[in-house]
Amino acid sequence: MEKLKFAFYWTASCGGCEIAVLDINEKILDVVALADIVFWPVAIDVKYRDVEAMPEKYIDVCFFNGAIRTEEQEHLAKLLREKSKVLVAFGSCACQGGIPGLANIANRKEIFDRAYLQSPSTSNPNAATPKVLVQVEEGPLTLPEFYDTVRTLDQTVEVDYYLPGCPPPANQVAKAVEAIVKNELPPKGSVIGPLKSVCDECERKKEEKKISKIYRVYEIIPEPNKCLLEQGIICMGPATRAGCEAQCINANMPCTGCGGPCPNEIEQGAAMISALSAVIGVEEEKEKTYDAEKLISQIKDPLGTFYRYSLPGSLLRRRVMKE
Amino acid sequence: MSGLKTITIDPVTRLEGHGKISIFLDEEGNVENAYLQVPELRGFERFCEGRKAEDLPQITPRICGVCPVAHHFASTKALDAAFNVEPSPAAKKLRELMYSGYYIYDHTLHFYFLGGPDFVVGPDAPPAERNILGVIQRVGLDIAKEVIKHRAYGQKITATIGGKATHPVCGLPGGVSKPITEEERQEIEKMAKSSLEFAKFTLKVFDDVVLKNKKYVDLILSDAYTLKTYYMGLVDQNNRVNFYDGKVRVVDPKGREFVKFGPSEYLDVVEEHVEEWTYVKLPYLKKVGWKGLVDGPTSGIYRVGPLGRLNASDGMATPLAQQEYERMYETLGGKPVHSTLAFHWARLIELLYATERTLELSRDDEITSKDVRSKPGPPGEGVGIVEAARGTLIHHYKLDRDGLAEKVNLIVATTHNAPAICMSIRDAAKGLIHGENVSDGVLNMVEMAFRAYDPCFACATHFAIGQMPLQVEIFDHNKRLLKTLER
Repeated sequence: MEKLKFAFYWTASCGGCEIAVLDINEKILDVVALADIVFWPVAIDVKYRDVEAMPEKYIDVCFFNGAIRTEEQEHLAKLLREKSKVLVAFGSCACQGGIPGLANIANRKEIFDRAYLQSPSTSNPNAATPKVLVQVEEGPLTLPEFYDTVRTLDQTVEVDYYLPGCPPPANQVAKAVEAIVKNELPPKGSVIGPLKSVCDECERKKEEKKISKIYRVYEIIPEPNKCLLEQGIICMGPATRAGCEAQCINANMPCTGCGGPCPNEIEQGAAMISALSAVIGVEEEKEKTYDAEKLISQIKDPLGTFYRYSLPGSLLRRRVMKE
Repeated sequence: MSGLKTITIDPVTRLEGHGKISIFLDEEGNVENAYLQVPELRGFERFCEGRKAEDLPQITPRICGVCPVAHHFASTKALDAAFNVEPSPAAKKLRELMYSGYYIYDHTLHFYFLGGPDFVVGPDAPPAERNILGVIQRVGLDIAKEVIKHRAYGQKITATIGGKATHPVCGLPGGVSKPITEEERQEIEKMAKSSLEFAKFTLKVFDDVVLKNKKYVDLILSDAYTLKTYYMGLVDQNNRVNFYDGKVRVVDPKGREFVKFGPSEYLDVVEEHVEEWTYVKLPYLKKVGWKGLVDGPTSGIYRVGPLGRLNASDGMATPLAQQEYERMYETLGGKPVHSTLAFHWARLIELLYATERTLELSRDDEITSKDVRSKPGPPGEGVGIVEAARGTLIHHYKLDRDGLAEKVNLIVATTHNAPAICMSIRDAAKGLIHGENVSDGVLNMVEMAFRAYDPCFACATHFAIGQMPLQVEIFDHNKRLLKTLER
């Protein structure tokens, strides 16, 4: 059998997805035995022009992590799309925008002002900010400019498969590689992951209880075997696709939603708001003391809570900013 | 959709994901100057504003998936300070245990996957072999499996306490989210023992491959790789290296204590300079001042990371690491060591310390205590400092009455080193490049000047593990582009 050709590439992300690949540990040696890695800038020396010279569909599978925020990233996404038979959006940033996608609450100017002008440790009497073209004494120096808005990979090019998670869990990575090697991939457009929610993987007990007070994680020590949401801690489990084996919840902390929306759900944030409205304070509605607004106002930072990993991929996409 | 704007990109550059070095030659073909540019910024300081305080230990690690544990605990410690709460001794020990596990993983990754190939495979070996696969070929598959195993142990220790290794979740103001069981403790102890043997073995590899090779030792001590700067690192009350807690100590280029400060005083000591040609800010010691990219006692430039920490300390807190510490300074001519390539040795001494410390903590009577959370006070302002593998990491938060982040300021490890990295590259280029014909081997030796720092531009920007993809442009004295090299 001819060896498969894999490529790994990353754009606006943290590098954790690359570590997730290494976290399949000794299986990485199997991968190297089964597939040639033809492009992986962080680990091997292959140049952009080598990719440009590849024939169309030369790469069997390209694992692409990171969101898109610069023209160069867009160019590489298009180039790798052209050269790859299968393009996988790998990790929350490529799938939904991820945490760097929270930058869609601001624009470039706000980000620059904060970093270069307003930071308390920065001394910048001439109000200098980085420029795309600067003449230094010896000659010109250029920098890439970035977009105001962060986009997902599939808002940029056609994507064949999605492997969500921040980072994708090692067992899901291993499963995906196995499916590729055995040629058992699901239909195009599928998310590689279980068809259930994090709640289905969580061992905590639900009592179908309503909640009348919302707690911040540092305010209470939750009981070990009971549903966190029913204890008043906002847990994204009901609105998040499984695959992680509820790792965060097993560490006594709520799910924050990195697995992306559940199967057949397009809007993770809206799904969670809907799930929350089903459990919040209903029993007390009959009582006169019930104050819906007061209860809702206990939910701090809804954007960062419900859209932590999915703002660019959501129907909201970004904050509307007037010129 | 309203709110989306069209941006004109001018000029179109294909640099994202690259570090870029521009080298300018004079009329004789010698290097006049060289610039390292960092081509991206992600804006965490801006979009962390408005987030819930307790979410910051999980949001900020997404700055860097290579050292998420460092961001996690710098952030958690900033929250301890902001909520005015002291974690219990057991909580502190658990955090430090997890932190030591992270060092095992991170320093192993660097030596075998990133920096090591230069020495093990050779600085001027063909680029196709100068990577982890080339290392495997030289050292053999059995050892490769040991490398993979112990990197995984580091990750596993982190995940046992943190919930997940990459992007842990356990940190809370006042403690950690859960204790560990006796069974987990035993497993950590077992992994620590094995890691300690592996660290000793790794130092022996370094001894055999590097220190017994005169060519490499001469390279380490050569002028092209030497900078006489200040150094910074966290120390305990005995001025020994500590990764998780303590005071920040700065020594001058002669090795004398310049200042020692607690986290809340960082703004008195560190200031950042902005250049228009790079997205990364350039920090310096405020009291010495910004004098441009020059070294020596009158320039405020300092270095952090393994060599920075060893130079800024009086020793290591564990016996085997202390022996190695003494041996390094004896071999390289006393303290402080200014040779940039000595970062590699210092890193392995720290790997040994991390394994000894992991073992020590795994045997601590208190480590399985259930008392791991203390009650936070009202939200305020706080600074948290830890030593990331690559250097001092500072998180500073101002919270509002609702416990939401109002202002966030971050100075990350690689940023502290940015000015020195620029200088190291320039000096290496000056020392090694003569004339217009630049071979790949020479280019790699220029690159080695920054790889020694293990620059994690994921932190300063978003680069991931490894040999950072690099573009080098060489200009002649008429500012004409002579040559572009990519690797």
